[in-house]
Amino acid sequence: MSTFASITHVVVALLLAPLLPGVINRVKAWFAGRRGPPLRQAYYDLWKLLQKGAVYSRTTTWLFVAGPVIGLACVVAALLLVPLGGVPALVAFQGDFLLAAYLLGLMRFFTITAALDTGSAFEGMGASREAFFSALTEPAMLLGLAALATQSHSLSLTAMYAAVDWPLMASAAGPALMLVGAALMIVFLAENARIPIDDPNTHLELTMIHEVMVLDHSGPDLAMIEYGSMLKLWVLGSLLVGILAPVRSGSWPVDLAVGVAGLLALAAVVGVIESVIARLRLVRVPQFLVAASVLSILALVLVMR
Amino acid sequence: MTPWLDIILVLLILTNLHLLGSSRISACIRTVAAQALLLGAVSLLAQRGEVGLRLWLLAIVSTAIKAGVLPWLLRRAAREAGVQTEDEPFVGFTTSLLLGLGLLGAALHVAGRLPLPESDVPGFLLPVALFTVMVGLLVIVGRRKAVMQALGYLAMENGIYAFGLAFAVKEPLLVEMGVLLDVFVAVFVMGIAIHHISREFDHIDADRLSALKD
Repeated sequence: MSTFASITHVVVALLLAPLLPGVINRVKAWFAGRRGPPLRQAYYDLWKLLQKGAVYSRTTTWLFVAGPVIGLACVVAALLLVPLGGVPALVAFQGDFLLAAYLLGLMRFFTITAALDTGSAFEGMGASREAFFSALTEPAMLLGLAALATQSHSLSLTAMYAAVDWPLMASAAGPALMLVGAALMIVFLAENARIPIDDPNTHLELTMIHEVMVLDHSGPDLAMIEYGSMLKLWVLGSLLVGILAPVRSGSWPVDLAVGVAGLLALAAVVGVIESVIARLRLVRVPQFLVAASVLSILALVLVMR
Repeated sequence: MTPWLDIILVLLILTNLHLLGSSRISACIRTVAAQALLLGAVSLLAQRGEVGLRLWLLAIVSTAIKAGVLPWLLRRAAREAGVQTEDEPFVGFTTSLLLGLGLLGAALHVAGRLPLPESDVPGFLLPVALFTVMVGLLVIVGRRKAVMQALGYLAMENGIYAFGLAFAVKEPLLVEMGVLLDVFVAVFVMGIAIHHISREFDHIDADRLSALKD
């Protein structure tokens, strides 16, 4: 039965992931007093991109083509490893949280190589920033998950998240879990290139990070990158929702519904954050990310004491 | 009662880290004031049994002074000196945060080894008190502006108060009143000194005072 629940979660994630950017943009439009694009806009965009042909520069090699394909493959593999709240992951074993973290790392590596492969100084700059900032988010994420692992005495994501429920939140471990939640929120914003770390809408070359790396991709390649980033939003969002909405009812349809509702609510929160906060100055970003690591370490200390 | 105490103690740690990581003086003043409010709550929650009238009075008076009067004085001093941010600290903000983590580890280590006269001290209060004292010292040493150094002094006093809560659970009144009087006078003098320094020299960078000649 739990396998069926996991498969349902994966299918739901693959189908509904493009809704998340739709919700974010809708909330941002509402804050700005506009009507905004329809919720299904991301599906239309993907469909449009898939109809088009890809343009390749003569300086690029196979790495440039491989980047989007491997990136999408990595994030789908990570999706199989991540539970959504009480819904177990399709594949679970001891230490799978490391594999999930490094699958996302592999995705980033190939995005960066593809960006460097174009030979454009502009994309090289974005790649350098992405590498620097992700090196700072990685300890925050892994230490936060390590705190959860210590708390639940298990190295598997499914068991770690199954242990988080309301009685635990109200117990002495509650403050530590909230700290992990705060650290993962910063990681979520940084990894998905959202404000206040990166502005997904900007076209000012001096401030872009993620957008600048995918500037030369077109057609189906760009569709794969866009879809991959939506799935990444879903994967990292599930890690966060599992803590912030600790509902473990025991029946998986309820858990799945709560998880999906939590993800949509998270997207709305991201929309609010992007509407009310300005992007940080680039030199302040490392400090913000180090603060996330500090929160994670504090949580780990609290759990271990 | 215990979960609430834990949450407040974690919030205290977070205010300390914010004090280390923030460059805005007004934000730091607010942080120290919030710290005093949280400590007021701790002084009531950490009591076992009846909370008497004297204790209520002590908590209210000390919180009012540390969260109301002293921040107001410092805010006024900062405004009159025209400083809003700590621009070039001796110890950078990211470094301070990481040092703060080290200090937290040290505080936990020391508090774990300290022989306690009373065994029923609330578990996490002692390390947090030590941590607050250390953070206050770090801010005094690591910041250039006189207002920030006064804030570090206040944070240190908060730590000492928490330390007193952990030990003098029975009669904290006399100890606290003595400390509070000292701090009040000290910050008062600092506020006036900051005002005078900034009027004479157009800045309140304390390190440049060492270059004074008669």
